[in-house]
Amino acid sequence: MSTAAAPNYELLQQDGLETSLLEVSMGPHHPSTHGVFRMDVKLDGETVVDLRPVFGYLHRNHEKLAENMSYLSSMPFTDRLDYFNSMSNNWAYALAAEKLIEVEVPERAEYLRVIMAELTRLVNHVSLVGFFINDLGALGTPLMYAFREREKILDLFEQASGARMMCNYFRFGGLRNDVPEGWLERAGEVVDHFPSFLDEYEQLLCENEIILSRTQGVGKLSRELAISAGVTGPMLRASGVAYDLRKVDQYGIYDRFKFRVPHTDGDTGDCYDRFMIRMLEMRESIEILKQALAGIPKGEIMGNAPRVFKPKPAEAYGRIEGPKGELGFYLIADGTPKPYRYRVRPPSLINLTVLRDMCLGGKIADTVIILGSIDIVLGEVDR
Amino acid sequence: MSILGGGIFKGMAVTLKNFLGSYRSLGRSKHPLFTNQYSWKPNPDRPLPARANEYPDPDQPGDFKKPENTTVTNFSRNFPILLHDGGEPMDTIRCVACLICERECPPQCIYIEKDYDENGKYIKRPAVFDIDISVCMSCQICVEVCPFDAIVMNSQFELSTPDRFGGLLVRRDDLLKSNDYYHQIHPEEAAARDQKMAVEKAAKEAKKKAAEEKARAAAEKKAAEAAKGDAE
Repeated sequence: MSTAAAPNYELLQQDGLETSLLEVSMGPHHPSTHGVFRMDVKLDGETVVDLRPVFGYLHRNHEKLAENMSYLSSMPFTDRLDYFNSMSNNWAYALAAEKLIEVEVPERAEYLRVIMAELTRLVNHVSLVGFFINDLGALGTPLMYAFREREKILDLFEQASGARMMCNYFRFGGLRNDVPEGWLERAGEVVDHFPSFLDEYEQLLCENEIILSRTQGVGKLSRELAISAGVTGPMLRASGVAYDLRKVDQYGIYDRFKFRVPHTDGDTGDCYDRFMIRMLEMRESIEILKQALAGIPKGEIMGNAPRVFKPKPAEAYGRIEGPKGELGFYLIADGTPKPYRYRVRPPSLINLTVLRDMCLGGKIADTVIILGSIDIVLGEVDR
Repeated sequence: MSILGGGIFKGMAVTLKNFLGSYRSLGRSKHPLFTNQYSWKPNPDRPLPARANEYPDPDQPGDFKKPENTTVTNFSRNFPILLHDGGEPMDTIRCVACLICERECPPQCIYIEKDYDENGKYIKRPAVFDIDISVCMSCQICVEVCPFDAIVMNSQFELSTPDRFGGLLVRRDDLLKSNDYYHQIHPEEAAARDQKMAVEKAAKEAKKKAAEEKARAAAEKKAAEAAKGDAE
């Protein structure tokens, strides 16, 4: 800890007391920072005067590693970007590589991809809400209820892919294997049960006066700032922009499903909006899941794509609406079995860039919940 | 928000419902939670399940029934094993040391050396096949790229060892497991793989037979032509 004065800031002075700014380093090993993340905060009493996010503690050379191995071999590493959403990470990478080698994805595989991606969205949002309430100080109970539901979906993932979190399930031109017999029925049961859990969860949280007073009006993000900073996903929609790649790009077969994109009118854009947008998105994901489970055809799950291939020199950008925002993979092929350039557009990192603007002028206790409402995973921020 | 604190009481009601519901089902599940079956005193009517995912059926005391919704361990994977077709492992090992898995392995945890006989001729099997399971990330890429169906995933999870280096470096002879073992741990997957191999083998033999017949026909034709030439 040291004291320093921030530029253009006048300290609150009281007669007879000598005051100064306090510089605090929060993290990197702090339970509120969702991983190894550090915030250099300058404080005047409890008010945040300046904030500098410091990250890179979990850097593991993801992009350079992928440039030194075949296209298929970096598929399991994409699981480890955002380890809550391994299925949708796989999808974004598969989309980019499929553009390079131009393969068709069979109908059944497209349906299963949508089912897996929406189940992933449920997993991510339900645990995000749990962690967010945990950051508010409700230790345990809501998080454990969320994890109980998450566990059912992770069981489904294990039955389909063999692993609970590091699924490594998508392949260029389809999926690695078909789902086992009876899986779709089990998934249907989980999906049918989920709304009753959401009702209960909303009853538990959404009217709680403590949550309302701690989140409403905290961490405001204006529509203009959100757009100019490149914020995507639920955070952008909470600031009043109805932008969803599932509607804009209609990648995969999203044009066949009827669903709405929840967004606010952009008046507030506070932590409560970001929390409620996720609750609403889960309802829409359930609608998509019901339609997909009803409409899934029988048939092949793998197109005739080679396992190891040498694409012609070209570049491709594949992007999806991940649970945290736009996740993109940018590939440049140079005719060898390895990509010449491999670049990830991580939603967590780009959403994190507005943290300082949201925290300035607030209390130090609020920075923790503002960080929680951004929904970052350090595996994706640092790569 | 009519009464201050009303929302908190509403939430508390949910907590209370879940607390009581964990003892008796409230539409959530047919059986009480596993942890609640530990009672203050042993109950002979309701014995503890032998494994955590086997719940006793309350209607039939003593009868263990596996619920359909829990994790099916048949599908789980952790670390690779090498397959042989029974008998002396090194005689029937499927691996021919082609090094494809070593090249494709993303964390590069496989090390292979080819085997040679005393004349220096390559005999199609590995002399060294090591997998460092402290590095392996269970991604199953080696299984997918193997053209000989020689490497598959195990589901054995009791792997703790006091030796951080030697204990986690699995050598060829420890990796070798029979195809029967594979049928035990992943029955459906093993059956599908056997069928695929049989189809491939039949296709290969048909191709070989066709090639032989073609060669024989060509030879006969040639002989006939030669005989014709001789006669002329």
